Amino acid sequence: MTATLFLRLAAFTYLLGAAGFMVYLIRRNDQAARVATWIIGAGFGLHGLSILLRALASGQLPVLDLIGALGFFAWTLAGVYLVLYWRFGLLILGVFASPLILALVLGAAIIPPGPPQIAPILKSLWLTLHLGTVFTGYAFFGLAFGAGLMYLLQERQIKGKRTGTVYRRLPSLGILDDMNNYCLAIGFPMMTLGIITGAIYAQLTLGTYWRWDPKEVWSLVLWLVYAALLHQRLAVGWRGRRAAIMAVIGFTVLCFTFMGVSLWLPSYHSFESLRQMRVQ
Amino acid sequence: MNIVLVGLNHRTAPVELRERLAMDACAPEQAYHDILNRTDFGESIYLSTCNRVEILAATDDMDEAVTQIKSFLASARGLDVETFEDALYVMETREAVRHVFRVASSLDSMVLGEPQILGQLKAAFREAVDNKATGPILNKLMHKSFSTAKRVRTETGVASHAVSISFAAVELARKIFGDLAGRKVLLVGAGEMAELAAEHLRAQGASDIIVANRTLERAVELASRWRGRAAALGELPALLVEADVVVSSTGAPDVVISAEAVRSVLRARRHRPLFFVDIAVPRDVDPAVNRLDNVYLYDIDDLRSVVEENRAAREEEAVRAERIVDEETIKFLGWMETLEVVPTIVALKDKAEHIRRAELSRTLSKLDSEDPDLRRSIEILTESLTHKLLHDPIMFVKNAGRRPKKDFYLDLTRRIFNLNGEAGPKSGTEEKE
Repeated sequence: MTATLFLRLAAFTYLLGAAGFMVYLIRRNDQAARVATWIIGAGFGLHGLSILLRALASGQLPVLDLIGALGFFAWTLAGVYLVLYWRFGLLILGVFASPLILALVLGAAIIPPGPPQIAPILKSLWLTLHLGTVFTGYAFFGLAFGAGLMYLLQERQIKGKRTGTVYRRLPSLGILDDMNNYCLAIGFPMMTLGIITGAIYAQLTLGTYWRWDPKEVWSLVLWLVYAALLHQRLAVGWRGRRAAIMAVIGFTVLCFTFMGVSLWLPSYHSFESLRQMRVQ
Repeated sequence: MNIVLVGLNHRTAPVELRERLAMDACAPEQAYHDILNRTDFGESIYLSTCNRVEILAATDDMDEAVTQIKSFLASARGLDVETFEDALYVMETREAVRHVFRVASSLDSMVLGEPQILGQLKAAFREAVDNKATGPILNKLMHKSFSTAKRVRTETGVASHAVSISFAAVELARKIFGDLAGRKVLLVGAGEMAELAAEHLRAQGASDIIVANRTLERAVELASRWRGRAAALGELPALLVEADVVVSSTGAPDVVISAEAVRSVLRARRHRPLFFVDIAVPRDVDPAVNRLDNVYLYDIDDLRSVVEENRAAREEEAVRAERIVDEETIKFLGWMETLEVVPTIVALKDKAEHIRRAELSRTLSKLDSEDPDLRRSIEILTESLTHKLLHDPIMFVKNAGRRPKKDFYLDLTRRIFNLNGEAGPKSGTEEKE
């Protein structure tokens, strides 16, 4: 229950953070955004504590049901936002990230958690690694998507000679493209590691590395999209608009892989089958 | 104490007059020496820039101060007061404070939001301090004007957004590249505006400058000024591979850089962004260039409309800035009003302390006991009696400072406690003795 308390506290701090970013957006007060970033940092700490407590109680990262997965994704997003803030100092990204974090964590905080018992098969360090790396990768891709959207918007302003409010508020194309590159450079290896550790775990527990399960297929598609983007970036020097569009496409596939497959397609990765494993 | 400001600026006086009244920049000591000698108000600051000449003073007698400032200006510059009197504006306390805040925030400047004025004001203040011409009121006013200017700058967009063509181009370059450090600038043609843009780009860190011109001589001359490279127009295709920002301003009647030429270098550039600033009329760069990926083109009309838009944006922001100035003015006037009650409070405390000491020494001299503890106790007793008795009147006076009828309250207090030192039938302890 302490975990729930921490989660609610975290949700509240994220709310404050998001409010700070709205103040920043409307009143153009950079100080508000900096304070909000600190608040998000505090929320990240509280949220981390709540996740840690849950993980200790159940023996596995609390991501095996929808609520847990949403919350954990919010947590990794907050972490990646902080990393990107430290690396690029872009306050405007918080305007995009903080409401997303808030929405995810509110979903997770309002719904009461299910029973913490987890099937013994799911208590494995390999699975923890699998989940941790996949979610970190997702979070980087998520913010690459945010940067990509801002890039496309800003490029439209500049090419269309519209130098109004949107143009002024958005960061430079150069920084947005750098951010896209940076997120890809970390997100892609994370995702790769996630697939590898998942395969090893599957081999250890199910006896096969790969079962062409819908989740696995879609993850492969996702991996290929980002691999293509990375390849084009490195080999041909793709950048800017095309890279931004790819990041947006990649994230759309990601959302489907993350939510759609887990909820609607018959897959042993789905929350439903994970739940049944728990009941067994 | 009041603040008075006498001056003229670009709106009220032509440049010839402003020139003649401007302070001799080399000899601020002389100016302050004259001010201090010729006037008898407590504090003054002399602000003199190319757009304004203003003298600020803190004084008790405003009319007298205004006359003195006028005659100082006249005599220091050897002019008759009549020659410039019509151009002068005179502002008293509230208006003067507001004006100073507006000047510092660059709301009163010819180019709204230009940043130099704050530096000039700071310099003028430093000179005044060095010459011991200021005091607590103007010091506080100046510090407040600096912080107001800072608020305006950070909370509004009055000072942001370029309002000149060349600077607008630089701003766009920064929105495209982010950081300009290490970017290569290619000047095609060497017009004056191109030169200016190159200067700005260099100031932002674009280190490498290549000048391509029809006459190589001029190219070499310009390039050597920036320790850059000179090139012939024939080398353009190769140069387009290297450059990040291209500023073109040739007098050529036709397109100098075609879309095809740009398209063919994209791969070799590895799709690095390329920004064309075409300030030539007729245009040098094919407008179709703007449709290529990672290539951006702004011609002179585009830049003009950016500048127009920025000007309009500054005007809009100015409304918010004026609100900040008004807020700060109210705060400052509040401080000044509390300042007016200070002498009354001091007089009140002095009087009480005076009575306390007199009565204490009388009592102690009559006391038989030499016990230091007893003496100390009596002393403490008198202290706490006066403190406690004075507490409420002092709070009353402090609050009076914020009321509209404060003069009445202050006068009342001074009368009740007879702080003006008038002799009366029952005026104070000493007289009774």
